[in-house]
Amino acid sequence: MIAETGHFALVLALIVALVQGTVPMVGAARRHAGLMAVARPAAVIQFALVAIAFAALTHAYVTSDFSLINVARNSHSAKPMLYKIAGVWANHEGSMLLWVLILAAFGSAVALFGRNLPPTLAARVLGVQALIAVGFLAFTLLTSNPFERLFPVPMDGRGLNPLLQDPGLAFHPPFLYLGYVGFSMAYSFAIAALIEGRVDATWARWVRPWTLAAWSFLTFGIGLGSWWAYYELGWGGWWYWDPVENASFMPWLAGTALLHSSVVVEKRDTLKGWTVFLAIVTFGLSLLGTFLVRSGVLTSVHAFATDPARGLFILGLLVLVIGGSFALFAWRGPALRGVGLFRPISREGSLLINNLVMTTAAASVLLGTLYPLFLDAFDAGKVSVGAPFFNAVFVPLMVPMLAVMAVGPFLGWKRGDLAGALGRLKAAAAVVVVVGLATWALSGGPVVAILGMTAALWLAVGTLTEFAGRIALFRATPAASLSRLVHLPRSAWGMTLAHLGLAVAVAGITASATWRTESIQTLGRGEAVDVAGYTFTFLGASEVSGPNYAATRGVFTVARNGATIATLRPETRRYPVEGQQTTEAAIRSMFLGDLYAVIGDPTADGETFVTRLYFNPLVPWIWAGVLIVVVGGLVSLSDRRHRVGAPQRRPTVAAAGSQAAPA
Amino acid sequence: MKAVVATLTLLGAALIATTAAGVEPNEMLADPVMETRARDISRNLRCLVCQNQSIDDSNASLARDLRVIVRERLVAGDSDTAVIDYVVARYGDFVLLKPPFKPITYALWFGPVAIALIGAAAAAAFLRRRRTRDAADAGPPPLSQDERRRLEALLKDAPE
Repeated sequence: MIAETGHFALVLALIVALVQGTVPMVGAARRHAGLMAVARPAAVIQFALVAIAFAALTHAYVTSDFSLINVARNSHSAKPMLYKIAGVWANHEGSMLLWVLILAAFGSAVALFGRNLPPTLAARVLGVQALIAVGFLAFTLLTSNPFERLFPVPMDGRGLNPLLQDPGLAFHPPFLYLGYVGFSMAYSFAIAALIEGRVDATWARWVRPWTLAAWSFLTFGIGLGSWWAYYELGWGGWWYWDPVENASFMPWLAGTALLHSSVVVEKRDTLKGWTVFLAIVTFGLSLLGTFLVRSGVLTSVHAFATDPARGLFILGLLVLVIGGSFALFAWRGPALRGVGLFRPISREGSLLINNLVMTTAAASVLLGTLYPLFLDAFDAGKVSVGAPFFNAVFVPLMVPMLAVMAVGPFLGWKRGDLAGALGRLKAAAAVVVVVGLATWALSGGPVVAILGMTAALWLAVGTLTEFAGRIALFRATPAASLSRLVHLPRSAWGMTLAHLGLAVAVAGITASATWRTESIQTLGRGEAVDVAGYTFTFLGASEVSGPNYAATRGVFTVARNGATIATLRPETRRYPVEGQQTTEAAIRSMFLGDLYAVIGDPTADGETFVTRLYFNPLVPWIWAGVLIVVVGGLVSLSDRRHRVGAPQRRPTVAAAGSQAAPA
Repeated sequence: MKAVVATLTLLGAALIATTAAGVEPNEMLADPVMETRARDISRNLRCLVCQNQSIDDSNASLARDLRVIVRERLVAGDSDTAVIDYVVARYGDFVLLKPPFKPITYALWFGPVAIALIGAAAAAAFLRRRRTRDAADAGPPPLSQDERRRLEALLKDAPE
């Protein structure tokens, strides 16, 4: 009964979305206040209905209602509660429901918090948002209904893939979707602006917080997924340039470009058409990511062709959304002329370089991800595009970008003083050269790694120098500097933190990719092995049992210079319900790196075990860097200017009396 | 062989992930230099039954067989390129994680460079257009019809 209620609520949500996607649009075109007013309540009702559906499915999972096909296939009564709940979105149907839930949540957030939006813009944004919802609600109901019943009802479910029974991966999809779907806001604003034929600083100021929020969530979601891969897949890697990873990385790259170009629109009233284009591309890439992972096209083009219902539906949706918006852009875009002028050497110029690098990177990842699919589809041959290709593309793009990134914030708007900026970075340059040479001397290369480390250091020192300049550190009295520090806009804090976080992450990425130490061997009780100066002693293994698995747990002590510094307990877990096995690496994070131990299978005599021991230098810096970037995004989001909205530069005649607060 | 091939359906990820890393101690060569060469070669060879995993990372049985073949060829005295050619001759270009540079992949390898150049050219053209307009007119854009109408309405309503 509860499941039927959920199904019914989902159908109602589709109907409400149809109304929300049409009536307010007509109203905005005819300037009919009554029709436009439909948008806000419709958005809230739509959200409430999808939330009811989601709650119904969650209820089915929590109570292990195996009369639903979806629950029977993906859950089991013996599963811990956390994974019963996470199981709701750990399957195709449920994750689509989560997708539309978040989409509707963003729509109702605009309806509730976007009070100061001009009525036609609000109506159109909510209208576009609802049209996307129509597409995905129809997709869910027609091809991926999570509420389908099963008869006869099985005694128990088939369980959830044990790899997914992990806290990191339980929360990975919601954050990823908050990012993916969050970019739909930028998209809806872009389409609304194209219909209105107008993009200005005010528009940019409305779009920015949504983009910033989506981008922060996506950053966190990607980081979470990467962290999971690091400790769960059991060989210490954290990024594989897998098509599924690329699917989330492409919108991130495009979204980063969008974030920076919308600053230019807001401050300088130029790059308008480009920013609208980027908003379309970013959401388009989010949809493409959904298509790639949802359709099965990644496993094989031919697998997709044998069961094409879902894939074709999303492909159709993708073509409609992207094709339609590009057509609209081609038609209305040229009207969006920027007025702000600037020289190549300026803040705008440096942000343009960011955009150039980010879009080139996004396009290259797209090319590398789709290339094998295209060759295969046209029977032109089979190739693999793996990590070596992407690394070859990324390193030459990112190193110069990091170099420019440190300088950009020093340049003034309109026309910057490059010589002056470099002059202020003299001390930073000296530090970087000395440390760079020292690193080279100590590690002996390779050159790419030294380049990566120095670029990261340059960015960090440059960012700190810029921050010190803002608060006039050492130039003014400490009290004056402190006062400046306190009054610094949150968005300035945000930028500093995000850039610093990237520097930290880049250092971690470079070091862990270059200088990790690995030792694979069979060890018996009491045997020891030396890894990068750490002595791992194997104390033996025992059988332990968890809530829904049995495990072999090994115990290692790690000593440095004779003193024991850590005890590691890696496990191999066997899940009887699912008939699968996972490795749980044991990790001790230290400032300079991770001690990482994995226990494998016992040898034939059962006395010794295959053990994999690693020292992964600076890996904790990657996670710390990602967190700092996310915190930077959130701090920037809390900037007062984003909350109060923009000054209303063009009050309508009717609303002239209700001026918004000045920023 | 206990190849744990798990289909990740989360995120619809049709990703076939094998847990527990590939290379086993009993496959490894005694000579550390040769073993390092074997590892470097393995890292760039695809496990054909996995998704986007190198034979070095996978414990699928096919990956194991390939690792053993690579080591056998090395022990037999083959150079690194000879080993790779041997594997490619048997399994095709698909086995290479770094796609070969040949006509069918020109678009792949030149693509990023072309994109960067086109982007840079577009940015340069944009800046140049900016500069010429800089000289032509620096005034604010003309009012749209809508704005003009509203301005007139406001002026009419304004108290004299």
